[in-house]
Amino acid sequence: MELLLALASGILYAAGIYLMLRRRLAQLIIGLGLLSNGTNLLIFTAGGLTRGHPPVVPEGADALVPPYADPVPQALVLTAIVIGFGLLAFLLVLAHRVHATVGTDDVDELGRER
Amino acid sequence: MRALVLPILIPLTTAIVLLLAPKQPRLQRRIALAGSVMLLASALALFRQVDANGIQVLNLGDWPAPFGITLVADLLSAMLAVAVGVVAVAIAGSAFAGVDPRRETYGYHPLVQILLMGVSGAFLTGDFFNLYVWFEVMLVASFVLMALHRNRAQVEAAFKYVTINLIASSIFLTALGLLYGVAGSLNMAELALIWPSVRSTGLDMVLAALFVVAFSIKAGLFPLFFWLPASYHTPPAVVGALFAGLLTKVGVYVLLRIFTLLFQDAPPALFTLLLAMSVATMVVGLVAAQSEPDFRRILSFNLVGHIGYTTASLSVLTPAALAGAIFYVLHHIVVITNLFIVSAVLLRLRRTTEMRALGGLYLQQPVFAALAMVPIFALAGLPPLSGFVGKLAILEATFASGAYWVGGIVLLVGLLTLLSMGRAWADGFWRPPAGEVDVATPGRPLLFVIGGLSLVTVAISVWAGPLFDLTLRAAQQLLRRDDYIQAVLRGVP
Repeated sequence: MELLLALASGILYAAGIYLMLRRRLAQLIIGLGLLSNGTNLLIFTAGGLTRGHPPVVPEGADALVPPYADPVPQALVLTAIVIGFGLLAFLLVLAHRVHATVGTDDVDELGRER
Repeated sequence: MRALVLPILIPLTTAIVLLLAPKQPRLQRRIALAGSVMLLASALALFRQVDANGIQVLNLGDWPAPFGITLVADLLSAMLAVAVGVVAVAIAGSAFAGVDPRRETYGYHPLVQILLMGVSGAFLTGDFFNLYVWFEVMLVASFVLMALHRNRAQVEAAFKYVTINLIASSIFLTALGLLYGVAGSLNMAELALIWPSVRSTGLDMVLAALFVVAFSIKAGLFPLFFWLPASYHTPPAVVGALFAGLLTKVGVYVLLRIFTLLFQDAPPALFTLLLAMSVATMVVGLVAAQSEPDFRRILSFNLVGHIGYTTASLSVLTPAALAGAIFYVLHHIVVITNLFIVSAVLLRLRRTTEMRALGGLYLQQPVFAALAMVPIFALAGLPPLSGFVGKLAILEATFASGAYWVGGIVLLVGLLTLLSMGRAWADGFWRPPAGEVDVATPGRPLLFVIGGLSLVTVAISVWAGPLFDLTLRAAQQLLRRDDYIQAVLRGVP
């Protein structure tokens, strides 16, 4: 399972970076989205995977008994997803405005002397 | 202990009040100024506490240290919080000279406060994930401030700025994920404690590389600084002042923090890398500044170059060098903010900051020119102003540690700075007017702000001795990481 998630995360990073190197704004944004999801998956996987053991104290006990899933990476990922989602939405609006003002979606055209 | 949370809560409260208050410019500006003054006061109170009682720690929600989110203020954090307060008051004061009405109705004032909250939070947090969150708070506010425009150059600059910062944040987050994976904690003090076990896994250099890349982008180190001169001159000059004063300094602060807390006994290769990047930053930044025809772009390149001073001293890692770096950061926050506000006056007077449209200002605006002289010459490093003291401290420390060639580069870059600032003064202010006419008055509020910040610079220069002793104490505190660990994890074996 770790191997599968690690591969998935790696593929997301690779695809994200590849797309960010393309010239179109839309591809750049999708690339950033993939990159941030690859990161989320990485946090989740690096935190250690424990299946079928939620971190809930069983009835009658007063502490968790290992093995149990670490809840911290999940909380981190949740925060990162929310932040990433907000930023991506903002970036989409900004890209729309760039397209409306500059009249092109070619990244190489940005900042060119006119 | 309560004082610790105030520099974060006050801007938040001010932002909320600003959002709820009627959208009359005069009212909004007054609320923003009142909030900023309170921020400065709370930071000063915090500083007094830290100065008197040592490192202050606050466990939010009373969750004990490694489990909850911890706020920590040592001397470095507290001094930087005071600097944030000074910049906040300056920016709020500048708003009285007029803000673009469209920006003001779209939430200029609340956004500035949110940005200040993010910066204060980043300086005061003791938890890496919390640091990431404060970074994002600060960045989102800066994105919106940058993107509140419709003209082509500004929209383009905003897009580049947002993209590069998102990439840096992704790298930072990747580092955090791996760090949690190997260490099982993101609390800075606990990490410092268990770092030797991380080192044995062999992942420590990977983490160090990720951290250095992420924060070099944010601090604007070579070869990752190109976004900065491409974007900082496009927003209104006062927003540029806010960004230039604070944002890259947060990157420098984090580098100071992680290098002293985690990487003190890292392999020398890491320090060599940081040193090489810093030297290249200084040289490239200041050489590029020579060829720029625009005052604000000259400032941007100077900003980039001078970040190199602080990180070069960090890579030497002696108490004296660190103290020089901290002193230089404090001096630079005040001076570069002031210079961007000077550029705001130039924009009012001549509608542009291109050097060829300036000139004759000393004759036509003697008061403004006299006030602007202080930050220009302070940045140039002319004695007895604060830039000279900072550079001298860094120079002495590098020579004392035997890094003579670094000292040589520091001297050379000092000369280049003098050249670029001298040119700005000579071409912009001193040269006789060649038909240029002022189209407006400098604006009294801006003059007050420039005068106030210049006074702060003069004060830093006059009391350079006591302030340097203070930064030396801060540096020693940074290097004695056991104190930090003790203060945060009190009661934990």
